[in-house]
Amino acid sequence: MRPESEAELAALIRQAERPLSITGGATRHQPGEGQGLRLDMTGLQGVTLFEPAALTLVVRAGTSLASVEKMLADEGQMLGFEPACHPGSTIGGVFATNSSGPRRIQLGAARDALLGVRFVDGNGEIISNGGRVMKNVTGYDLVKLMAGSRGRLGALTELSLRTAPVPPASCTLTLPALDAIGAIAALTTALGSPLDVSGAGWLPGAGALLRIEGLSGSVQTRAAELTRLLSGFGEVHVLDSDPWQQLRNGPQNGEGDLWRIVCRPSEAPALLAALPAPEMMDWGGGLILLRLPAGELPELPKFWGHARRVSGAAPAVLPAPDPVTARLEAGLRQRFDPRGIFAGAE
Amino acid sequence: MPEPDTAVLANRAGIIAALRQAAPDAVIDDPAETRVYECDALSAYRCAPLAVVLPRSTEEVSVVLATCHRLGVPVVPRGAGTSLAGGSMPTADAVVIGLARMNKVLEIAPEDRLVRVQTGRTNLSVTTAVEGQGFFFAPDPSSQLACAIGGNIAMNSGGAHCLKYGVTTNNLLGVRLVLMDGTIVDLGGPSGEGPSLDLLGVVCGAEGQLGIVTEATLRILPKPAGARPVLVAFDSSETAGACVAAIIRSGVLPVAIEFMDGPCIAATEAHSGAGYPDCEALLIIEVEGSDPEIDEQLGLIRAVAQSFDPIEFRESQSEDESRRIWLGRKSAFGAMGQLGDYICLDGTIPVSSLPVVLAEIGVLSKRYGLAVANVFHAGDGNMHPLILYDANTPGELDKAEALGADILRLCVRAGGCLTGEHGVGIEKRDLMREQYSSADLEAQMRVKDVFDPGWLLNAAKVFPLDLSAERKRVARLGVHHAS
Repeated sequence: MRPESEAELAALIRQAERPLSITGGATRHQPGEGQGLRLDMTGLQGVTLFEPAALTLVVRAGTSLASVEKMLADEGQMLGFEPACHPGSTIGGVFATNSSGPRRIQLGAARDALLGVRFVDGNGEIISNGGRVMKNVTGYDLVKLMAGSRGRLGALTELSLRTAPVPPASCTLTLPALDAIGAIAALTTALGSPLDVSGAGWLPGAGALLRIEGLSGSVQTRAAELTRLLSGFGEVHVLDSDPWQQLRNGPQNGEGDLWRIVCRPSEAPALLAALPAPEMMDWGGGLILLRLPAGELPELPKFWGHARRVSGAAPAVLPAPDPVTARLEAGLRQRFDPRGIFAGAE
Repeated sequence: MPEPDTAVLANRAGIIAALRQAAPDAVIDDPAETRVYECDALSAYRCAPLAVVLPRSTEEVSVVLATCHRLGVPVVPRGAGTSLAGGSMPTADAVVIGLARMNKVLEIAPEDRLVRVQTGRTNLSVTTAVEGQGFFFAPDPSSQLACAIGGNIAMNSGGAHCLKYGVTTNNLLGVRLVLMDGTIVDLGGPSGEGPSLDLLGVVCGAEGQLGIVTEATLRILPKPAGARPVLVAFDSSETAGACVAAIIRSGVLPVAIEFMDGPCIAATEAHSGAGYPDCEALLIIEVEGSDPEIDEQLGLIRAVAQSFDPIEFRESQSEDESRRIWLGRKSAFGAMGQLGDYICLDGTIPVSSLPVVLAEIGVLSKRYGLAVANVFHAGDGNMHPLILYDANTPGELDKAEALGADILRLCVRAGGCLTGEHGVGIEKRDLMREQYSSADLEAQMRVKDVFDPGWLLNAAKVFPLDLSAERKRVARLGVHHAS
């Protein structure tokens, strides 16, 4: 099913008799998702409004992410939160999964750039929330609730979002000698300084990675200051290549199951010590991506955060969601989708 | 306001006894003392509550809420009582739960760039707690000296610097929330991201209707090396508005762009004598960083501003000049108060609509025969038109309110919204249909149904009363039946 308009989508959902899987480019499915009848959102395409001078874009959910990024780039703008971009990815999928890359530490996640949504709930009702201005406290913020909800409450049809100017200059520093655990302290030091770091990650072979962006004079000054600040952690080099694309898109497909761990940077060393070497680390140590043999669950020390299996056959989240949160989520799903039409979301 | 629940009023003595058992030494029921809580900063509307409880811990909040839940008593949460929208105004049948005693810092973790506090703590004192380590808490509502973090979360408060740093929701990582039935739950995570639905996101800004937030984990940021403002004066509001758009378009991101129009400038000059130029509109633009970085940003801003032929471009050369540039803006509300009574609106518009909306407000102002002065956060389109009126002239308040409603409708028509930072409260609940359809409002009320099925928590706010009346009636029947 590939509706061409919001009204057509609403009618399809009203008439649906079995679970649907809302799908954009199918580039972000997690274990267990996408098993219902495919509801292809790519028919809902196009830009409704783009105001570069107000940093505002309103776009239909099925629009390809690549075309959105191209249009923004032509105006010297970008999606500040750096979503993962794979061939076929849609802007709806970006927000449905709250896909947020390295610059999240500075400009926030996808949900922080999302100003308004239109969606169709499980009753086939068209619902609008938020708007296209960054300050809006008119009623409940369902925008945040929809961001990252993975189609559990409704099918996003239109998104209004805040764009960001592309920084004129950028510089990446690397400390190649540092392993993942060793990198945490360096990344933390950099992020605790007023140097406005816009990327703080780690890749095997490349070591700790730090990015400074802005006006060119400022970038040079801050890169020099950062080099001085980090001199105690080992040799600091300026990197010629751009590692951030790799951090943004995540690891390539590989053997076993990919796990995504969100934690406090201060708890990352203990987690890393208990696990195999990560494939990458981002957000100053707050995000760890690693691979385990298929079906295996990691043994994790107690920590504030969660680990999720993002590839493989069966879904898994550790620690298990607490019963109160689970009850609230079930209640919301029951009210937004009483017939379980979006059960195909998992 | 809705009629108080007679069954609750009749059971006053029983309720107070139960509250005292739940939270000894925390209950206020003397009418002379509960009157202190009869209103918040929207002081035109007042009603003393049935009782007030000032708990000292999350556990005490939980027991008190469970007690109210069992007895079917409405509850109104209160931080510091600075809501401008009547968000913490009580009803006669309600128990106010005030967070004033819960103001501890629970944890400072500079390595994780976060701080955990009890939510009765004031906004500014969060920064005070972490500035020794070189950090600050970014959201800066004008009331930050007095307002509580709990209220900031309830209203998703913003401030002058949110153009760069975002509002409360963008700086909130987690909360400990007590539901109306007393259940305690933790939402969010170390990066603000929980394992599934973003319940934290919907709790923030829900005006205290989904639960009482007793602890908050807040993102803190390293303090920038310095900051410097410039003042740019223009001979028309339209040109100033166009200049704002051009600056944002240029790619430089100031931390604040503030706008004042002619009437407001005249009033503040008479009041505080900041030495502003004689002009129709001015912008205060502030940038941050080290000195060379500031120079570089201001160079770009100067180039953009010059193309709009300003009357004056005044770049601060010293701490004292910076203070004087901000002085008029910071004293604007006090200055307007000296001219007479005023209503302060809080609509937000797309920045691109600034010139046309300002012109239209001028037309409305003439039609109603009431002066309107404008001072606002231009970078994010959050306007605060101040409608001047004389409270002693019969009918003038009604006229000012009607003009205010027309200006808010204008904001919505321009693609904006009814409230950018004050909240809906009781003040704007009946205007909600201007912005949202019945289906939109129904979707929001479903969230309330899940978190607070009995509709006991701050329930007279946010939604038009007629829309929520039936579900409240059904819910209350259920509660009374169960008790």
